[in-house]
Amino acid sequence: MRDSKNIFHNIDWTTVILYITLVIIGFVNIYASLYNEDAQSIFDFSENYGKQLIWILCAFVISLIILMTDIKFFPTFSYLIFGILLLMLVAVLFLGSATAGSKSWFLIGSFKLQPSEFAKFATSLAIAKYLSSMNIRIQDVKTKFITFLIIGIPALLILLQNDTGSAIVYVSFIFVLYREGLSGNVLIIGLIIIVLFFLALLINQFIIIGLLAAITLVLFKFIRKKTREITTLLALFIGAAGFVYSVDYVYEHALEPHQKQRIDVLLGNNSDLKGAGYNVNQSKIAIGSGGFLGKGFLKGTQTKFDFVPEQSTDFIFCTIGEEWGFWGSTLVIILYVWLFLRIIMMAERQRSSYARIYGYGVASILIFHFVINIAMTIGLAPVVGIPLPFISYGGSSLWSFTLLLFVFIKQDANRLQLL
Amino acid sequence: MKAPYSNRKYVINIIILFIGIVFILRLFYLQVIDDDYKVSANNNALRLITDFPARGLVYDRNGKLLVYNEATYDLMVIPQQVKNIDTTAFCKLIGISKAIFISRMTKAKKYSRYAQSIFDREISKETYGYIQEKLYQFHGFTIQARTLRKYPLNTAAHTLGYIGEVGPEIIINNRYYKSGDYIGASGIEKSYEVELRGKKGMKIMMVDAFNREKGSFRDGMYDTVSVAGKDLFTTLDAELQIYGEKLMSNKNGSIVAIEPQTGEILALVSSPAYDPNLLAGRDRSKNYFTLLNDKKNKPLYNRALMAQYPPGSTFKILNALIGEQLGVINVDTRFPCSLGFHMGNVNVKCHNHPSPCNLEESIQHSCNSYYSYTFKAIIEKSGYKSTREAFNKWRQLAMTFGFGKKYFNDLPNELSGNIPTPEHYDKLHGKNRWRALSIISIGIGQGEILVTPLQLANFTAILANKGYYFIPHIVKGIGKNKIIDKKFTTKQYASVDSKYFEPVLEGMFQVVEAGTGRGAKVEKIKMGGKTGTAQNPHGEDHSIFILIAPMDNPKIVVSVIVENGGWGATWAVPIASLMVEKYLYGKVKREDLEKRMMEGKVYY
Repeated sequence: MRDSKNIFHNIDWTTVILYITLVIIGFVNIYASLYNEDAQSIFDFSENYGKQLIWILCAFVISLIILMTDIKFFPTFSYLIFGILLLMLVAVLFLGSATAGSKSWFLIGSFKLQPSEFAKFATSLAIAKYLSSMNIRIQDVKTKFITFLIIGIPALLILLQNDTGSAIVYVSFIFVLYREGLSGNVLIIGLIIIVLFFLALLINQFIIIGLLAAITLVLFKFIRKKTREITTLLALFIGAAGFVYSVDYVYEHALEPHQKQRIDVLLGNNSDLKGAGYNVNQSKIAIGSGGFLGKGFLKGTQTKFDFVPEQSTDFIFCTIGEEWGFWGSTLVIILYVWLFLRIIMMAERQRSSYARIYGYGVASILIFHFVINIAMTIGLAPVVGIPLPFISYGGSSLWSFTLLLFVFIKQDANRLQLL
Repeated sequence: MKAPYSNRKYVINIIILFIGIVFILRLFYLQVIDDDYKVSANNNALRLITDFPARGLVYDRNGKLLVYNEATYDLMVIPQQVKNIDTTAFCKLIGISKAIFISRMTKAKKYSRYAQSIFDREISKETYGYIQEKLYQFHGFTIQARTLRKYPLNTAAHTLGYIGEVGPEIIINNRYYKSGDYIGASGIEKSYEVELRGKKGMKIMMVDAFNREKGSFRDGMYDTVSVAGKDLFTTLDAELQIYGEKLMSNKNGSIVAIEPQTGEILALVSSPAYDPNLLAGRDRSKNYFTLLNDKKNKPLYNRALMAQYPPGSTFKILNALIGEQLGVINVDTRFPCSLGFHMGNVNVKCHNHPSPCNLEESIQHSCNSYYSYTFKAIIEKSGYKSTREAFNKWRQLAMTFGFGKKYFNDLPNELSGNIPTPEHYDKLHGKNRWRALSIISIGIGQGEILVTPLQLANFTAILANKGYYFIPHIVKGIGKNKIIDKKFTTKQYASVDSKYFEPVLEGMFQVVEAGTGRGAKVEKIKMGGKTGTAQNPHGEDHSIFILIAPMDNPKIVVSVIVENGGWGATWAVPIASLMVEKYLYGKVKREDLEKRMMEGKVYY
C-alpha cells in the first residue's frame, strides 16, 4: 500500500478531535478541582493535575503506537489478549492491593495499574472475534452461551474484586448483541426489569403484582389465542411477578449496606444529607449553583473546597457544572453524543464484521460509562463509582479508553484495505 | 452491501439522542430553574465572621477612667489538630486534672472536630503570659483575645451598670444582635448602649468542607469594617462618688449630689454598693446571684433612682413656695403652734419651739402647725369651685418641681415617686367627700407623697437656682463631641416666681445656722439646708437632709437619705455636710466626724 507509511492516512479526524477536546476539558477541570493556591504551576508533578498531564502525554504516545501497529495485530491476537487479561484479573485477586474496599490494583513501584479497566477492551476484542467468526449465528443457543461466558467471566472476576461499578459496565454489551441480531425483546425485558426493580422498592409488591395481573389480562384480549403465545404471556407474568416478589429479598440480602443506601438515596427513602445522601446532595448543589453561565474557571467554591467527594475522578462533572454552568455542561454532553453517533456511523461503514462488532463494543462501553456517571452526579441514578471517559482523573482509565478508541480508529482508517 | 440488522442502528442512535436530551433538560432544571442549590452552595462555603469593635470607655468629669476594656484570653482548641501532645505536661501548664482535660476535649469534639471551640475561658493576663510561651508544644491549641469590662476605681456600680449576653427577645426584635453578643443590661451601659458598642464589622470568609478558612470572599468586596464604640464623659466626680460610698458604708440609703447650674449629677450613691468588677468576668453569673439573693439589703437595687420615700419636713419648703405663689401666705404670715395643729378631731403634733413663727422661722424650726395651716389655706383658698379644683392646682404646681413624674433622662429604671391624684382621695374617702383637713398630712410631707432621692436633690437644685432646673443627667460628652442632648441644656421652670424663694432660702440658712441642721456647718461656707424625717411603718424612721452650698453662688446641692437613720440630724446632716466639704475643699478637716460617719452602722 502506498500510503501505509503515513500513520495518519485516512484516520477519522472528527473522532480524534472530539477525543482531544474531551481530554483537554478533563485536564482543565481536574486542574480546577485540585487547584491549590500554594502550588501555582500547572506542571507541578507532585499534584494530581501534574500527574494527569503525564498520563495524557502517555495516552498520546499509546495512540500513536496503536496507529503504527499492523492492522492485523488486534484481530489476530484478540483471544490471546483476552486470555492474558483474564489471568491478570485472577492474579489481582491474590496479589493486588486494596483501595477503598476494592481489591483491584497492581502496585508496581509507585505506579498503580487496574486490570479491570483494560478487561473491557479485551472483552470487546474477544466478542468481536467470536461473533465475526464463520458460521456463527447469534440465534443459536450455543453462540448465546459462549458469548455469555465471554462477557460473564471477566464481569464475575471483577465482581469478586468488590468493584461492582466496573462489573455493571459489562451489561452494556447487550447493545452489541442487539445490533448483531439478538432479539429486541432483550432491551425491552431489560428495561422492564429495571423499572420493576425500582417500583418494587417504592410500592408494595402485592399492588405491583396485582397491576401486572391486570396488564396480563388486558394483553390476553389482544393476542391471538394460540397455545404458544398464551404460554409466553403466562411465562412473562409469572417471571415478572416472581421477580417483583424476590426484589425485596435481593435488596435485603444480596446488596451491601452501602449499595442499599445509594438506592435509597436515589428513591428519596433516605434523606440523610450528612450520611449516605451527602455525595449526591453536594454534587447537585455544586452543579445547581453554577447557574446558566457558571462561576468561572477556578471560581467554584463547592468543588474547590472539598464539599464534593471524588471531585477529580467520579464526580468531575460537578466541577464542569459549577464553573462552566449550563452552557458548559450542555456542551460536554453534546460532544459526547456527537462522539457516540460518530462511532456508530463509523461502525456501520466497516466492511469487516469484526471491526463493526468491535466498534459497537467501543460505543457501548463509552455510552454506558457516560450515562451512569452523569446520571449519578445529577441525581438520576444511584451512586456507582465509574469514571467519565477521557475526562476523569486517572491513568488506567484514560489509557484504557484511549486504547479502546484508537484500536477502532485504526481499524476504521484501514477499512478499505481489508477484503 | 447492507449488513443484516443494520436498521437497528437507528434504535441505538435514538436511544443516545434521547439520553442526551434528558440530561440537558435535567441540567436546565438544576442550574437555571431551581434556585435552592445556589442558596445551599453559599451556606456551604461562606461563613460570616463578626469583627467586634472595642466598647467605648467611660470617664468621670475630671477625666478619670471609670470603665475600660481589659484583654482577656480564651484558650481555643481545634480537636482535629491535636495530635501527639504531652497531655500530662499540658494539664500541668493550665492547671487542670486529666479528667477535666478529657471531658473538655470530648465536649469540643462533640461541637466540631474541625471548628474552634473554647477550651478554657477568660484566662488572666499573668497566666496567659506563662501559657503563651509554651503553647507551641501543644499543636491544636491557640489563644484568642477578647475584652472584659474593668472598673479600676471599684465605684458607681449602679450608675455604670453592667453588660451581659443578649436575651432571645432582643435578638428577635433587633437585627443588630446575634446570639452570644453582649449588650448593656443596666446603668449607662444600657442607656448609652448604641454609642458605647460602636458598630460590628462583618467579614465573609470562604470555608471548605471541614470548616477550614480559605480566604476572604471576592477579596473582601462585601466585608464591612467595625467602628469602635464612643467614649463617654460622665458628670460624676469620681472622688466625691467614692467618698459618698464610704460615708454610706454599713448604712442603707443614698446620696445624690447635683451641680445646680447645669443639672449634672456629681455623685449618685446607692448603698449598699457592690464592686462592679463582680459582674464582669469568669464568675459573673455566680456573683450576680449572690447579690440578687441578699434580700435584706438588696445591693443590686439602685436606691437613688428607685427607692421612694415620704419626703418629710423637706416638703414644707414646697408648700411654703406654693403658698406664697398662690398668695395665701407671705413673709410676715404667722401661724400659732401649741405643740401642734389642733382642729376638729385633727391633731398634728409639733415639738416645743418659739411660737407663733413667721415664714422664715417656720422653716428654721420646722413647724408642723405652720404648714398644716398653710396647706389648709391653699386648699381652702377662695376662688376655687371645689376642694378638688384647689388640690389639682396645688398638685400641678408641685409637679413643676419635678415630683411625681419621671425625668426620662439618661439613667434607666428611674421611678416617678408619687403625688396623689384627686381620684385617689375619692377612693379613700368617697367621691368629693374629702376636705383640706382629710389630707392635711401632705402639708408636712407625710401621707401618700413619695419622692426618690434624685427628685429630692433636683428639688434642692430648684431652690438653689430660685425657680428652675436642668434635667439631672449623668453624661456630658460622647466621644470627641462634648455637646449632649438639648433637653439637658434647656431650663425647666418651676411655676413659682423667683422672688418667693428669698424668704425660704433665708429660712434654710437659719436651719444650718441655728436650727435642726446645725451639724452641717462647714467653715467659711454659707449654706442652706432642711432636715426631714420620713415616717417608716416598718421600723425606725428614715433620716433625710437636703443641703445647698454655697448659698450665694450654689455649686452643689445634696440630698441624703439614711434608711432607719432616725431623726434627720443624726446621720443625714453630717453626711451631707461632709460631702459638701469634700467637694468644695477637696479634703475634709473634720476627721473625727468623718470617721464616725464612715464607721457608723445603721441597720434594723
